[in-house]
Amino acid sequence: MKTDFQTSPAPAFRLDLAGRYRKGTLWSTVFLAITLLSVFFLATLIWTIVNDSFGYVILVNETDPASLARDGKALEALDAAGLTAVLEENLPGRRLRSLSNEKPLAERSRDDLYSVVMDEVVNPEVKAAFDLSESVLAKETILQTLEEDYPEGDLIFRAWLNRGFLGAAQSSVAIAAGVRGAILGTLMTILVTIVIAFPIGIGAAIFLEEYAVDNRLNRFIRINIYNLAGVPSIIYGMLGLALFVRLAEPFTSGTLFGAVADPTTANGRTVLSAGLTLALLILPVIIINAQEALRAVPGMLRQSSLAVGATKWQTVWHHVLPASFDRILTGTVLAISRAIGETAPLVVVGASTFLSQDPTSVFSKFTTLPIQIYQWTARPQEEFRRIAAAAILVLLILMLSLNAIAIVLRNRIRTKKRLSR
Amino acid sequence: MKKNKNDTANRFEIVISKEEEGGNSSPYALEVRNLDIRYDDFLAVKNVTMAFDKRQVTAIIGPSGCGKSTALRAFNRMNELIPTCSTSGEVLFHGINVYEPEVDAVQVRRWIGMVFQKPNPFPKTIHENIAWGARINGYTGDMDELVESTLQQVALWDEVKDKLKQNALALSGGQQQRLCIARAISVKPEILLMDEPTSALDPISTAKIESLLDDLKKRYTIIIVTHNMQQAGRVSDKTAFFLTGDLVEYAPTKDLFFNPKDERTENYISGRFG
Repeated sequence: MKTDFQTSPAPAFRLDLAGRYRKGTLWSTVFLAITLLSVFFLATLIWTIVNDSFGYVILVNETDPASLARDGKALEALDAAGLTAVLEENLPGRRLRSLSNEKPLAERSRDDLYSVVMDEVVNPEVKAAFDLSESVLAKETILQTLEEDYPEGDLIFRAWLNRGFLGAAQSSVAIAAGVRGAILGTLMTILVTIVIAFPIGIGAAIFLEEYAVDNRLNRFIRINIYNLAGVPSIIYGMLGLALFVRLAEPFTSGTLFGAVADPTTANGRTVLSAGLTLALLILPVIIINAQEALRAVPGMLRQSSLAVGATKWQTVWHHVLPASFDRILTGTVLAISRAIGETAPLVVVGASTFLSQDPTSVFSKFTTLPIQIYQWTARPQEEFRRIAAAAILVLLILMLSLNAIAIVLRNRIRTKKRLSR
Repeated sequence: MKKNKNDTANRFEIVISKEEEGGNSSPYALEVRNLDIRYDDFLAVKNVTMAFDKRQVTAIIGPSGCGKSTALRAFNRMNELIPTCSTSGEVLFHGINVYEPEVDAVQVRRWIGMVFQKPNPFPKTIHENIAWGARINGYTGDMDELVESTLQQVALWDEVKDKLKQNALALSGGQQQRLCIARAISVKPEILLMDEPTSALDPISTAKIESLLDDLKKRYTIIIVTHNMQQAGRVSDKTAFFLTGDLVEYAPTKDLFFNPKDERTENYISGRFG
């Protein structure tokens, strides 16, 4: 017999199943819409960047590379001697002398000479750059522009994000500029940050969570750490400037150790200062996350360790830390991702605005990817917007791959921990 | 301070080794005098004085919230992990009050082991569950031998000898609890405190653990807290009945169950409350 559940036998109850389900459906639809909206924004962001990173460019060469061929060899195929000859023929003596003053031509490598020839002699100039959607949808208009305005120009489909871009140093010519120095700067800075912030952060979290008694001083410290996590990053930049660049200058510039990369500019505005500043910036976040991770370890685990006569430290080291390490790692990854993208504090600490050399040690001058992107987007020329977009892609890829490494590491720990649970 | 603690740590060992050579030994494994335990202002255990016989099973029974677990955890200073908990009175182990300021709680727990209500093996291998406690306590003998003999004492060896390298959490609840008992006795304590060790287990696993106690009491003094009166009747030699923090009655188990002196005890064991 089928019972009619809608007519409840108890009159004071109103079942209203349909209404309850309707409410649930309504909310889940709202949440779905919000999710879709954020996916849409993210997709828009990525599309904008990709759209700017690829597309046709119209190049006009000052000198046609074909006319520079020597002994029947194209310019690209020339060896160092051939390239030197090209330079000597085509450049005024004054410019040649200043180039030789930087580094004698005979000592330069073939690749170096080639890029000098490209910059100084061929000197391709970007007359117009089109984005990806224009290149695909409006090729006719582009061809028309080429014919009408730059009949001598070349139309090339250019991926602004290419191997040359990754491998080249900073340059004042957008088409020759690259992010090698910025990538190295970012990696070295982040390495310093991790080396400093990770152990100190975990150490502080262990102290606060496992050892600190609940007194006024420790409560004060705890509240302050929570507040520090919310302090704007530029304030940390000020702190880094005062503390590391100015006060600890002999240490951060390396003069204390006699290990100065560049004595003329040893002024504390170094990779080390930047890394230390970012470490300060993310310390509160790491501490808070690690504290949460330690707090999530069941108290039973601590008790069972203490009950066999373990000391507190043995308990923490052998049981509490391994049990919480995956969570600690997750928090640290988030904090480091934030540090990679930081720009403001590094501007204050003194990132170099134009740096054509790579950082060689922690005492080198530095620039990072976000700084580079910030500077390029500030330029009025169209083509700098393109390389800024390409640099954003590099930054995103770098960040994603660092995160991926950390996630793989964490999952490995987690599988080991949750083994057959 | 540090030095003093080490001295006391050695004092336990010196006293115990002297007694093994036939020195002056206390007739009891553990003596409790005027034990008061408070959580903030709430007095959870009131002026309890009792003594535990060596190599016997003593059960502590009583309704929920009567302070029986709190009292048990005071015997090896586990209550110190609760910040609001304060203890006064004496717990004498080999004539030394374990609450003396210069006594190190680590050393107390090394001699007075504990098994908890919920099976809580370390999330490590079965082998490591036994070996870890021994290692940190400076065990220098053959570790594999120790693991085997310890697991045999809890009748777990045959079940796990082929999977010693597996995670202990893969075992069933009953096996996990026997592993926890093995972990507690791996450091060769004198006293084993058990805090409702079978309340999270099924009847068959419970029966296995109860039958273990008979063997274990040949080597260890066992104090077991249980809310199960039948269990107390089955496994213990003496039983203490706690009610709202008071030790109401403490007598040989048979006497307490068949001939209770106190009316409250009679009401409780006859099932009129609790």
